[in-house]
This record gives sequence, C-alpha cells and structure tokens, in this order.
Amino acid sequence: MTAIALKMLFGERAKVAMLVSGICFATILMVQGLSLGLGILATSYATAVNLKAPIWVASPLIDQVVMNNQPLLDTDVYRVRSVEGVAWAARLFVGGAQVRVVDRGGVSQNVTLIGLDTQTLAGAPTEFIAGSLNDLRQTDAVIVDASAMARLSPDPAVPLKIGETFEMNDRRARIVGVVQTSAATHGQAGYVFTTYDRAVQYVPAQRKMTTYVLAAPMAVHTAAEVARRISDATGLNAFTSDGIRKSSARWFIRNSPVPFVIGLIVGIGFAVGTVISGQTFFTFILENTRHLGVLRAMGTQTRRLARMILLQAMVAGLIGYGLGVGIISLVIAVAPANSPLKVQLPVLMAVLVPVLGICAVAALLGIRRMARIEPAIVFRS
Amino acid sequence: MNPAFQLCSVDKSFGSGESWTPALKQANFEGQPGEMLFLVGPSGCGKTTLLSILCGTLLADSGDINVLGNSLHRMNDREVTSFRARHIGFIFQQFNLIPTLTAEENVSVPLLIENKPADQARRLAAGLLEKVGLADKCREYPARLSVGQQQRVAIARALVHEPSLVVCDEPTSSLDSATGHQVMELLRDVARDGKRAVVVVTHDPRIYGYAERMAEMEDGRIQRWWNSPEEIAAAHAETLTERRQQ
Ligand SMILES: Nc1ncnc2c1ncn2[C@@H]1O[C@H](COP(=O)(O)OP(=O)(O)OP(=O)(O)O)[C@@H](O)[C@H]1O
Ligand SMILES: [Mg+2]
Repeated sequence: MTAIALKMLFGERAKVAMLVSGICFATILMVQGLSLGLGILATSYATAVNLKAPIWVASPLIDQVVMNNQPLLDTDVYRVRSVEGVAWAARLFVGGAQVRVVDRGGVSQNVTLIGLDTQTLAGAPTEFIAGSLNDLRQTDAVIVDASAMARLSPDPAVPLKIGETFEMNDRRARIVGVVQTSAATHGQAGYVFTTYDRAVQYVPAQRKMTTYVLAAPMAVHTAAEVARRISDATGLNAFTSDGIRKSSARWFIRNSPVPFVIGLIVGIGFAVGTVISGQTFFTFILENTRHLGVLRAMGTQTRRLARMILLQAMVAGLIGYGLGVGIISLVIAVAPANSPLKVQLPVLMAVLVPVLGICAVAALLGIRRMARIEPAIVFRS
Repeated sequence: MNPAFQLCSVDKSFGSGESWTPALKQANFEGQPGEMLFLVGPSGCGKTTLLSILCGTLLADSGDINVLGNSLHRMNDREVTSFRARHIGFIFQQFNLIPTLTAEENVSVPLLIENKPADQARRLAAGLLEKVGLADKCREYPARLSVGQQQRVAIARALVHEPSLVVCDEPTSSLDSATGHQVMELLRDVARDGKRAVVVVTHDPRIYGYAERMAEMEDGRIQRWWNSPEEIAAAHAETLTERRQQ
C-alpha cells in the first residue's frame, strides 16, 4: 500500500510540483533566514571568541561584549587579582578606532581596537597566519586579523602585507602579524590588536580606560566557580567566556532589530509554506475523494489511509526540503567569502522541524477530509 | 443450504425534516451462494441503498443484516471494513479505477489491502487480467483503455481476492450493447464459481437474460420475485412488449 500511496501522489505531477516547490520555498526562506541570523548573532560575541580568556569581568551594568560604554576603574584589575583562586588577571581595552591606509590612498574605516595587557599580552588571539605575538613589542606594532587585511586595502584582491603601515586615529601603526579571527561585528573592517598602553594612546583619553578585566582560575578551580567568587568579592560582573558569549547573544537579540527581521523571514517562510502545501494537499485529497472512497469501500481501514496520507505529505516534504537545502547550498557556495551566510548543520536540522510541521499540518487537513468520506459514495455517480 | 445473505426488515432513511426521504421500508432480501441475482426497479426505489447495506458500505437504521455468516448490524466500523476487505468484490457503473495506477496495480489493490506480499499480489493480478482477456494490458493506465476494457479490469479487481459476494451497481449502464454483453458473459463465466453469489443492480433490460433469479423493488421494498430464468424471460418479454406498445 505504501507503493500505491506514493504512486497515487506522484501520478499527479502538477500537484506534486506545487507541493514540493511550496516546501522548497519555505525551506529556502527559513534556512537562509536562520543562517543569516546565526551568522549575525555570532558576530555579536566575536570579541569573546577571538580573545582567549576563561573569565571576563565587566562593570556591574555590563553583561556583554557587543558594546561597552561603562569601563572599569584602572585599579579594578588589582581587586580581581586579589580574589582567591584567581591565577592571573589582566586589563583589556576594547574600543572603536578609524583606520586609513595612507600609502595606498585608502579611506577611513572602522575597526575594533583591542589593547592587550602590556606586560603579559594575556588573552591574545592564537591563530597566527604571519608574525608572532612577541612582535607586538616593536614600536607602533599592531596585529591585524586576516579579513581586515583585505578589507582595509582599497583593492581587496591585493590585501595589506606585513610591514605596511596605516594611520589609526591619525597616528602611525605598523602591521607585524596577521591572525585568523571569527567574523567581526557588522560594519567593521575587523580587529586591530596592540598593547594596552599603546591602545589608550590611539584613542581619546578618558578617566577610565579598562573595558574588561580578563582572568583565569587556578588549576584546581573551575572558571564558573572563580567567576562567582569575583562577582561576590568585587561587586563586578564576572562571567565565564561561554557565559559572556551567551549573555552577549541574548543582549543582541533584545536590543537589535535584526532578530525580529530574521524571525519575520522565518515566520513568513513557515506561513507561506504551510498555506501553499496545506492548500495543495487538501485539494489533492479533495480531488481524490472518489478514489479514497473506493479504497475505503474495498476495505482499507481509516487509520491506514491516514498513514498513507501522512506518508505522501512527508515524502513530498522531504523532497522539497532536500531541494531547498540543495538550492540554498549552491547559492551560499557562490556567495562572497565574507558573507555571514554559511550552511550549518544545526540550522538544517532546526529547519527540518518546521518543515515536518508543515507536512503534518497538510497531512492533518487531508486526513480530516478523508475521515469524512463515506464509503457509500462509491455507488453514487 | 444456508442463504449467502439475508436482510430482514431493513429501514433506511436520508435527511431530516423537510428533506426526510425513506429509502428502504421494512425491506427483506435474500440470496443463495453461487447464484446470479438481479435487483431491478424504477429509479429512486432504493436499489443502490439496499446494495450498499448488503455489502457493508452503508449503515441501516434498523433491521437484521446477515451476510456470509456475519451480523453486520452488530459490527463496528473497523469490523465492517475488514469484512468488506475479506468478502466483498465491487463493480461500479463508473468503474472507479484509480487513474494513476496501471491495470495490474489497480487489480492488486484488494490483495494489498489484505496485506498480501507485493510480488504475490502482482502475480495474482496478472493472472486475473489474463482471465478477463487483458494479458497484454497489465502495464497500461486506465485512460489508455477502452471503457469495455476498463470494466474488465474492474471485474478482475473485484474477483482477485476471491470474495464470496460480488456486488455490481449498473455494471453495463456506461457501456454499449455489445460491450455490455461481453462484460456480463465475463461475469457469468468468471465470477461464478459455485459458491460465490453475484448481485447485479440494473436498469438495463438488455442483460436480464443473464439473471438466474430476479427481485423487483418498488418504493423501498422488494415487491416481486422471479425464481427462474424462464419466469424472468417471460417478464422480460412482457417488459419489451410494454415498451413496444408505448
Ligand atoms: N445520500 C443520500 N442522501 C439523501 N438521499 C438519498 C441518498 N441516497 C439515496 N437517497 C434517496 O433515497 C432514495 C433511494 O435511492 P437509491 O439511490 O437507493 O435509488 P436507486 O433505486 O438506486 O435509484 P437509481 O436507479 O436512480 O440509481 C432516493 O429517493 C434517493 O434520492
Ligand atoms: Mg442506484
């Protein structure tokens, strides 16, 4: 009967095409919406990914790394360091700066400037493509992330090279290293890393310049435990690195219009997919009333017909889903490398749930219609 | 010999209030195993309703319905559905073949409903198609067959699971005279195997000659029985005479 059910469905090419394309369309909208959303969301906590510190300490008002306009006192690092179980604690500066590659006639672009603790360079990124962390000790030295090397150049095909200089807030900086980082915040060319002492000279002076204090637990303690102790002892907001990423993502979802827009795209995909496939499938069942009645009359149990209908909907749904995933993968494959759109397995799995939901709704509509079919109709002309 | 089926005092009405229509009024009906029984009567007298109740596709309002040793009036929907799957073969005026299935697939449906393995079902279906003279049409879709061929496929489908009762509602009404005779000959030669009862509801006097017994319905109940082909032939002649006189 399974084969019969599928033949009955696939015998009607136009219906199947409609059903499959409705679900394909919904899949594309939902996958690209969610991928884009997750991609943008990931940029919100990129700083906490790119800097390697187990514990992040911020002002009591700050619980994220998206934007921080509540710096700590320069002395707070000592208070953190004195908490029991803290192995090390170091200042971190995070702020915006403007970079212009004068030698290449570049225009000003925004970057995220990171100032690492001058003595220890604690928290520095680790994935070096060129140069090394110690090169930061040289005069005017900065380390730039790989995508910024391309984006800061007027011709992205000819990225900046080690040894080149640029102006940052009108002061000279020289590239001594290149690191791989995860995506920068939207609208930013990327990350520039230097020492804390140098960073605070690149930006306008303020009374408080310590954006975060980075810290690590002693080997016998967990980061979560020590973070809690830091919060208790200093009244500051201390997080594990995972904690601040999640908290940043939550902050971003609350404070940015992007998640709403993404939610709208996903919702529209779901709604349109449901309407198209629900409607098409219902029509399919309606137009097959007589054949379903014949199957009923010949002794097929209602439950079995319901299973056949569910199978028809699910198979059409999975084909549409597969087609949608295929199309969106192709699109993403030809998209520019720096696009936040990436095919991610969790997104594909997540979209499968509403797709199956759409099929279930369509099948349910069909099944409800089928259940009302009287086998006696077979004798009526 | 036990009757193949026996319907006693069956009532059935449709609608309510203004549109209330009594279709069957205390109808009695009975058939023997192995016989070809015709049910005739004017349009709207309740033939299809009686046939539907007999084969378990319609529920009576009251009355006893005993078919092949089963008391249909005491069964729930599930049980009646399996009863139909096991015991009833259906032949319709409009054939009711599923257009997206080949002849062979259409014929194998009753076996698949009874959970027979697909290859066995296909073999048996091909065998029956051969019996009805369509050995070379197994892979054809209904749309590519003539109406006569389609009704032969439907006959194969009605017989493939060897039901004990075959019900036919106006099996020849959509066919021309010659094709109608071919179909009835098939029913007579292939459907009957000594134990299987065949009930034919019809308007079509051209095929009365195939009946072994005939019941005439009027106004919701059986009014007259002819118990042999000879009696039927006499009535048949009468009908034709009446017609000629009109
Ligand atoms: N589902 C239904 N709803 C309402 N009335 C019905 C229904 N089925 C049958 N009837 C009515 O019941 C009566 C008997 O109908 P039935 O179809 O059994 O007659 P019939 O003898 O088969 O007629 P025909 O020769 O035209 O097929 C008719 O008056 C018909 O209008
Ligand atoms: Mg009728």
